[in-house]
Amino acid sequence: MPTSRIVTRFDKVKAEGRAALVSYLMAGDPDLETSYQALCALRDNGADLIELGAPFTDPMADGPAIQKAALRALANKTTLNDVLALAKRFREEDQETPLILMGYANPVHTTGYEEFAAAAADAGIDGTILVDLPPEEDQPIRDAYAEHELSVIRLATPTTNEARMAKVAEGASGFLYYVAVAGVTGAGSADPEDIRAGVEMAQRVSGLPVCVGFGIKTGEQAAAMAKIADGVVVGSAFVEQARLATVSKTPQIIAEKMGELALELSTALKGGVPT
Amino acid sequence: MDLRNTWDQWPDENGRFGEFGGRYVAETLMPLILDLEKEYRAAKKDPAFKAQMDDLWAHYVGRPSPLYFAERLTEHFGGAKIYLKRDELNHTGAHKINNCLGQVLLAMRMGKTRIIAETGAGQHGVATATVCARFGLKCVVFMGETDVERQKPNVFRMRLLGAEIVPVSSGTGTLKDAMNEALRDWVTNVENTFYCIGTAAGPHPYPELVRDFQSVIGKEARAQILEREGCLPDAVMACIGGGSNAIGLFHPFIEDESVRMIGVEASGHGIETGQHAAALNGGAPGILHGNKTYLLQTDDGQIIDAHSISAGLDYPGIGPEHSFLRDTGRAEYLTCTDSEALEAFQLCTRLEGIIPALEPSHALARVGDVIDTLDKDGLLILNMCGRGDKDVFSVAEALGVAM
Repeated sequence: MPTSRIVTRFDKVKAEGRAALVSYLMAGDPDLETSYQALCALRDNGADLIELGAPFTDPMADGPAIQKAALRALANKTTLNDVLALAKRFREEDQETPLILMGYANPVHTTGYEEFAAAAADAGIDGTILVDLPPEEDQPIRDAYAEHELSVIRLATPTTNEARMAKVAEGASGFLYYVAVAGVTGAGSADPEDIRAGVEMAQRVSGLPVCVGFGIKTGEQAAAMAKIADGVVVGSAFVEQARLATVSKTPQIIAEKMGELALELSTALKGGVPT
Repeated sequence: MDLRNTWDQWPDENGRFGEFGGRYVAETLMPLILDLEKEYRAAKKDPAFKAQMDDLWAHYVGRPSPLYFAERLTEHFGGAKIYLKRDELNHTGAHKINNCLGQVLLAMRMGKTRIIAETGAGQHGVATATVCARFGLKCVVFMGETDVERQKPNVFRMRLLGAEIVPVSSGTGTLKDAMNEALRDWVTNVENTFYCIGTAAGPHPYPELVRDFQSVIGKEARAQILEREGCLPDAVMACIGGGSNAIGLFHPFIEDESVRMIGVEASGHGIETGQHAAALNGGAPGILHGNKTYLLQTDDGQIIDAHSISAGLDYPGIGPEHSFLRDTGRAEYLTCTDSEALEAFQLCTRLEGIIPALEPSHALARVGDVIDTLDKDGLLILNMCGRGDKDVFSVAEALGVAM
C-alpha cells in the first residue's frame, strides 16, 4: 500500500520540527470558483492540510459561523458531487496537499457508502471526518474506504477517557482531531495546559498525529496550541474571512483574505512573527 | 422469518430496530449517552424508581386516563365501536408529561441540575417546564422563532413555570432547528445538563426510554378494553409526528398480532405538493438527530422542512421504531391533510364535546376509512393524545373566523 499523502505530510512537518496547519473552508461558500481560489491561496500561504467542508442543512456540532456558511453554500445549490468536483480540480494541479472532506453522515449515506468512497478516492480526497459517525456507527465507511485507501479520521474530546480513547483509536487512520472544548465550532478556546494530558493520552493510545481544533483564530493562539499537538485546526476564522470578504464579490479578494490569515497562522507555527 | 416472538427484543444492544435507530452523535456526546443507557438500565430494575413514577402518575398527572366509549362518533360512522384513550386529560393537556416525568427523574438520579428541551407546538416544553418547576430544576427550552410567534400562549405558560425560552433563528427556525440548537447546548454543557427529548427519536437509548415511559398509555388501554369488552381491539390508532404517543399506545399490543396498529402522518397540503410532514409516506431512510430513520430529504441528502397545520407534527423525521414497524409491515401508516384534520377537529368537538388537539385530529380524520375495513361488531381505540385548547387560535385563523 503506497504511503498516504496524510502520512507523508505529517512526516515532512515533523522533520521541520513544527506543528501542521490544518485549515478549513466551506465548499461553495459563496460559490465554487471562490472555493477553488481559496484552496490555492491556503496552500500557497502555508496550509499543510486542508479540510473541505461539505455543506449540510442541519450541522448540529457547528457554531453560527459554519452553520451560516453551510446555508450560503446550499443557497448556491452546492451538492456533495460539487464538493468532490472541486477537490478533483485542485488535485489536478496539486498532488501533495492532503484534502480531508468534513461534514455529516446523511449526504454520504444517501449517496451510498461504496459509491461515495470510489468517487472521493477518484477526486483525490484523502480521508473524511463525518461528525455524526462515531466508532459505533462507522463500520460501513471503514469497509468502503479500505479498498480505496481513504482515512477514517475520528474525533476525540475532553469527555473521552482512556477506555473510550481505545475505542476511538481502533480503526482510525490519518490523524485524530482533538476537539479542544466541549462545545460547537467557533466558540471559546481552550487553555493548552488544560488539554495537554488529554492530547498526550490520545497520541499514546492511537499512535497517530493529534491535531487540536475548536476556537483557534489567531497566530498567537495557534502557536500556543502547537506546543502540545502535532497540528492545529482553524476553521470558523477562515469561514469568517470568507464572509467578510463576500461583500466585495470577487473570488480573488476572498481568497486573498483567507490567504492572509493562513500566512499569519503558518508563520506563527514556524516560530516567526505573524504578519 | 417468524417475528412473532421477537418484536419485544428491539432495540438490540446497538440501539437498533432492524436497520433503524443507532447512535449517530458527535464524539463529545458519546460518553453521555452511554452513561444514560447504564443509568436507565439501573433505574428500570429499581423498585423505588417505579414506585416514584407510579405515585406521580397517579397523583400529579392523573393516571390512569379513562378509556371512553365515543358513542356518537361510533353512530356517525356506523360501524365498529370507537373508544378514545383520554390522554388529553393529563396534567398539562397531553401525553408529553408521561415521558418528561421519567426523564427528569433519571436526570436527578444522574446528578444533573439543568434540563434542556426542544419544543414545536410547546406541549413538550410546557410539560418539561412543569416537571422542572415541581422538582426545582433549571429549565431551558429551545423553540423555533416561527413557533414562538404562533404558539404565544404556551410560551407565556413556560415562562410562568420559570423556564427560560431560547428562540432559535438558525436554519429555518422550526422544530428541527430547535433540536439542533438543543444538541449544540448539550455538547457545550455536558457536565451539568440533561437533554429531555420530547419524542421517541434521537440517539439510543432515547427512542427506547421514551417508548417505555409512554407505554403506560397502551398498558392501561389494553387492560381497560379487556375489562370493558372482554377482548382485544381490532385496531389501535394514533397520529404520528415523531411518534411518541403512537409508540406508547402500540407497543403493549405489539405481540398481539390480531391487533392492527395504524399511525396517521400529517400530509399538510398534500404529499404531491412537497409541503407535508409525512416522513414514512413521502421520505427515505437517512441519518439525522442521532438516529437512522425515514426523513424528508432531497436526492442529495439535505433535509427538507416539514409542513403541517399542527406544530406538533411539523418535523421532517420520525422515531426509528416506526420506520422498523413500517418496513416489517407490523404497523400501517396512513396520511391526513391539513383540511381533513380541521374537519375532524370540528366533528369530534360537536359530536363528543371533546375539543381535540390538531395532532390527534389527524388520526380522527382516518377513523372512517379504518371503520370501513372492520366488522360492525369490531373495536377500535384511538389515542386522544392532546386537548385542543392550544389550537383554538390557529383553527379560527384557518377557518377565517375573527376572534
